[in-house]
Amino acid sequence: MPNPARGKIEIAQDECKGCAVCTDACPPKVIQLSTTLNVQGYHPAQYLGDGCTGCGICFYVCPEPGAITVYKWQDEEVQPKQHRAA
Amino acid sequence: MYTIVQQRPDSIYDLFERKDGDQHVTHYCPGCGHGVIHKMIAECLDDLGVQDRTILVSPVGCSVFAYYYFDVGNVQAPHGRAPAVATGIKRSRPGSIVLSYQGDGDLAAIGGNEILHAANRGEDITVFFVNNAIYGMTGGQMAPTSLLGQKTTTSPFGRTLQNEGYPMRVCELLAALEAPVYLERTAIFDSKNNMRTRKAIRKAIQNQIDGLGFSLVEILSPCPTIWKMTPQDARKWLNENMIPYYKPGVYRDKTAPPTKSIVTLQAASGSSSAASEAGQTPATKVPADNAVEPSSPPPAPSRRTARKEVPLVEVPSLLGIRATERPGETSGSAALLGNYNERSRFFDSTVSPAPPRSEAGFFPSTVPEKYQNPQIKIAGFGGQGVLLLGEVLAESGMLSGYRVSWLPSYGPEMRGGTAHCHVRLSQHEIGSPLVSRPTILLSLNKPSLLKFLPEATPGALIIYNSSLIDEPPVRDDIETVPLSATEIAEKIGSPKVANMVMIGGLMARTHLLSKETVFAAIDALVKNQALIELNRRAIEAGMQAVLELEAVLQS
Amino acid sequence: MSKELIKGNEAIVKAAILAGCRAYFGYPITPASEIAEAAAYYFPTVGGTFLQAESEVASINMIYGASSAGLRCMTGSSGPGISLMQEGISYLAGSELPCVIADIMRGGPGLGNIGPEQGDYNQMVKGGGHGNYHNIVLAPNSAQEMCDLTILAFELADKYRNPAVVLADGYIGQMMEPVDFPETAQEAPVKDWAARGDAATRKNVITSIYLSHEALEQHELRLAEKYRRIRESEVRYEAYQVSDAEIVLVGYGIVSRVLKSAVDMARHYGIRAGLFRPITLFPFPTQQLAEISMSTERFLTVELSDGQLVDDVRLAISRRHPCDFYSRMGGCVPSTEEVFDVIRSTISHPAECNEAMAVPMGLHAV
Repeated sequence: MPNPARGKIEIAQDECKGCAVCTDACPPKVIQLSTTLNVQGYHPAQYLGDGCTGCGICFYVCPEPGAITVYKWQDEEVQPKQHRAA
Repeated sequence: MYTIVQQRPDSIYDLFERKDGDQHVTHYCPGCGHGVIHKMIAECLDDLGVQDRTILVSPVGCSVFAYYYFDVGNVQAPHGRAPAVATGIKRSRPGSIVLSYQGDGDLAAIGGNEILHAANRGEDITVFFVNNAIYGMTGGQMAPTSLLGQKTTTSPFGRTLQNEGYPMRVCELLAALEAPVYLERTAIFDSKNNMRTRKAIRKAIQNQIDGLGFSLVEILSPCPTIWKMTPQDARKWLNENMIPYYKPGVYRDKTAPPTKSIVTLQAASGSSSAASEAGQTPATKVPADNAVEPSSPPPAPSRRTARKEVPLVEVPSLLGIRATERPGETSGSAALLGNYNERSRFFDSTVSPAPPRSEAGFFPSTVPEKYQNPQIKIAGFGGQGVLLLGEVLAESGMLSGYRVSWLPSYGPEMRGGTAHCHVRLSQHEIGSPLVSRPTILLSLNKPSLLKFLPEATPGALIIYNSSLIDEPPVRDDIETVPLSATEIAEKIGSPKVANMVMIGGLMARTHLLSKETVFAAIDALVKNQALIELNRRAIEAGMQAVLELEAVLQS
Repeated sequence: MSKELIKGNEAIVKAAILAGCRAYFGYPITPASEIAEAAAYYFPTVGGTFLQAESEVASINMIYGASSAGLRCMTGSSGPGISLMQEGISYLAGSELPCVIADIMRGGPGLGNIGPEQGDYNQMVKGGGHGNYHNIVLAPNSAQEMCDLTILAFELADKYRNPAVVLADGYIGQMMEPVDFPETAQEAPVKDWAARGDAATRKNVITSIYLSHEALEQHELRLAEKYRRIRESEVRYEAYQVSDAEIVLVGYGIVSRVLKSAVDMARHYGIRAGLFRPITLFPFPTQQLAEISMSTERFLTVELSDGQLVDDVRLAISRRHPCDFYSRMGGCVPSTEEVFDVIRSTISHPAECNEAMAVPMGLHAV
């Protein structure tokens, strides 16, 4: 089994307004706009599924407060940050 | 395994229930900077553990609805007034974390005065100033920060120097003030600048937690919709046009511990910086990027907002209110308050009856009837103590058990020119406190005598300061008493107590007021012990002078 | 009795503190400056906040903040400053924030002068800011009432979550009279609707914006219902010698003091005069005046303004009877004798009708 990517992101498709700021900012360029429309009528951003480093840049350039969730790969089990949704 | 490292902050609601329409997304346009800034502020509130203590003041502008999103206490302010509203909140709740979130029209145009003075006072608040060089919410009118040449709906040919002047640089402007502890300008357009913004936001909030004083972060922010650009082009335009004019950087940082030389300099100039003022809670911790440690409550309010606690029972005496001695009554505080409420005609009554016209007191038999219930006018130059003369009469009248009123001429007269006041002593409830037809006129100079003599009622008593009035009043229906008040006062030690000589004269002539009550009134009104003594002697001298005059007239 | 000889302006401050007020924000202006001066001394003394703001605009918004945070708070000013506060007062009313505003009226319009006038009646009683709202307006006529009505103003402001105004003229503010203060201080109520900066009130929002037309209409209807309740429950007035009166004088503030003396003088000369003094200007004692108009045919309104109060009096007595009107302005206050002359003139010259009497009698007609 190959090593998993260092990170991954989840983009809430219905919260994205398709501004594409994250696709520009993503260093490994692993985010793209979808060809399909979401409920708001935007082409939402999508994670290509591989190559994310978990750097969090997309999170900090994204204008929607809750659209992107960033994960990082941890080899050992660590105590996650105290968080209501965690 | 994967663990979450970034997600929607706790201080942002999961669902925007206060919002109409889709409650999953903000009302901001695609590519807008507000959402980024909201997210960074909320994340910081989470990390610093101050969500419960935070009150966000939202402005007028696109971010008027910030309370849709922030799960903190929210107060929406009138246009431009957020720093004043924030001041009111912070002064009222010193332990709270008060954030003012404002746009460029709100802060730099209509609210220019409020931000300037909040900054100058060094209010312990944090201001986020979002500068997008345009009025967004109202559809693209010119802002005070619109750039030269920038076309807006109200500068259709481009902003010009001749017509609108230079764009306003807020950080530079505020940096001219002594009080702000932290001023930084950052921008939202690429990851590097966004992360600088995040760091500045955290520092500005941390400063308030540490009670350091006023912090402001100016954030250059894209407005793609109103700029009529794609989000990408808007970021490029910001970088190429706004950044050269609005240079990012730290314009003030007093959060580091002051060096010795700074302290010396400030001590010499008689002022102290907000940083050294906060000496009780030194700001040794400068948070590193992305590594702000949660700071734990309780807060450390700065000296400015720290207030003393005064027990409620001490309040009346601090206001100089003496407790009435009521023999046989329990001394419980509730009983006393109940007593007041009975006296007050207005509580729990929709209709207030006319007060009974009770006889408050009565004049001693020594007071001739013509002097009872006097309507007194006192007049002279400003500076002759005319108002104090009246106050002594009213105070001693009150101590004698009469109903009293004292009405001054007020304003510029106090600084020169003529002054006069109206005093009534009555056994009945006093209707008009205005003395339009005096029954007693005390005149300390000639102009006032000429002015008010015609008003005196037939039979009125006129006591005049013959030191300054060379001609006696001419009217055959009045009673006149000359009293060389200024000369007598000078003999005693100061011409300033001529007013007290006049009181003595009035007392000797009318017997309206006893020496005890007048002396007690002077004790209540005059603070300087030496002057009290002088005033007493002046009163006695005035009495003596009138008694001597009467003796001469009778013989 | 432990009475204190004190200026009305200073009595307001002591009363406010006794009522649990612990925050004062204001800007000096004659003839209201003693309020700010006394507040600057006493508020810090009792552990409260005093701040001289940069303007009246800022003062009223600091009040907006302090009230949002759940404190009993107040400001004071006079006409020109009150004009500047109107924006904030509209927001306070819209956000349903309680506070007390003392207006010690001076001469206007514009800079006018510092003499006593009553020209702020309309801007305080009728609104003055934008939108549909009312202030609760209390009109003291003595230093004692400056105390009593300030305390009442805090009670009513909190009871209805609405700004309350103590509306006095320069003479009532400047005059010294003996005042009997309450001897215990009240604890201010804890306000659960406020944003106090704690977990219990974190979900609260203070705002006056209602984006949807329907939502704003509902909000305004709720406010209207509140004003109806205030009109129903909070009217206060003083009626003196009205039961057999052939002429009833109407006035408030310093004027009512002169009118009371004039009533006594008129009665002395055989004219059955009476006095009706509104103590609450909003709510106006409309019903009570209407009842009096069933038995009295002549009314004379006297005010230190050019026909502001008289409009409400005429509405109250509707067209049943005419209401004469006498006005002095610019800082001039009529004397008792002057009002007595007006009473005699009114009695001997029957008024025509409401419309004709809309022309102020002023100095020329008397």
